[in-house]
Amino acid sequence: MDDLDRRLINRLQHGLPLVPQPWQALANELNSQPQLLRQRVQALLDDGTLTRFGPMFDIERVGGAFTLAALAVPEERFDTVAEQLHAMPEVAHNYRRGHAWNMWFVLACATPDGISASIAHIEQLTGLPVLNLPKEETYHVGLHLPV
Amino acid sequence: MNGLDPRQRTALRQQLENGLPLTARPWQTLAEQLGSSEAAVLEQARQWNDEGLFRRFGLVVHHRNLGFRANAMLVLDIPDHQVDAIGERLGRADGVNLCYQRPRRLPHWPFNLFCMVHGRERAAVQAHIAELLARHGLDQMPHRLLFSTRAFKQRGGRFTPSLPQETAHG
Repeated sequence: MDDLDRRLINRLQHGLPLVPQPWQALANELNSQPQLLRQRVQALLDDGTLTRFGPMFDIERVGGAFTLAALAVPEERFDTVAEQLHAMPEVAHNYRRGHAWNMWFVLACATPDGISASIAHIEQLTGLPVLNLPKEETYHVGLHLPV
Repeated sequence: MNGLDPRQRTALRQQLENGLPLTARPWQTLAEQLGSSEAAVLEQARQWNDEGLFRRFGLVVHHRNLGFRANAMLVLDIPDHQVDAIGERLGRADGVNLCYQRPRRLPHWPFNLFCMVHGRERAAVQAHIAELLARHGLDQMPHRLLFSTRAFKQRGGRFTPSLPQETAHG
């Protein structure tokens, strides 16, 4: 990753201009070439630095639902349960964290009912109770990571 | 210029869930797939953007691959009457990327305020959070710092099941 990649990532974390030729607009800003910027984004997607490119719908605003949930998984079963969750399309993220509740995941569903169904499914699949922590208030969302 | 019909709007949403095409004129590319015009597709996207339907418009970085490996979830147990004020303050603090109130689940889970802080090194993130708590007078409040030690899955906000039909616009 070179200086242009860094400038491009930092700029794109603030959004792409909603104009017919956005790459031209960005190239003007970054003093680069539109074709080159597209190649860089493709390369960053290919090597896994970026997970996606494009607008992201706020799924709650389009009728969907999110929750943060956790499981306290016995050590010897940890990898098996991680694989069971990995196979579910509703599981968007899954992290091991240092706590008795050691598996933390985000569920993203097209409807609120999908969340309760997914939780019931996970409890049945694993035999473990799910800690369901849907957000009640948002104070700040702004995941910008300067690179 | 004709706007998109409901079927085209749903199809455009599904296309955008997969990301924006990496072409010189991405809205033209989408319009060709939809049988519409670049102007109509771009107008629809602007309208959704104005209505706040896009959570963000750009890219999702795989933060671990960019070296942001120290990913801390700070959780606090804040009295209910103070949680909004403290949440607003912490949400504005330097380095706090996300800040939410969530329910306690007693006796299993006593914490109701969640902040995410990302950094490259655990010690630096710990020091930053200690300083943050002290500055806001919160170091005596019950709290825990949960670092992620492994990531099993990290993907963007794609939710492939069939999209709700135009619910947001009624």
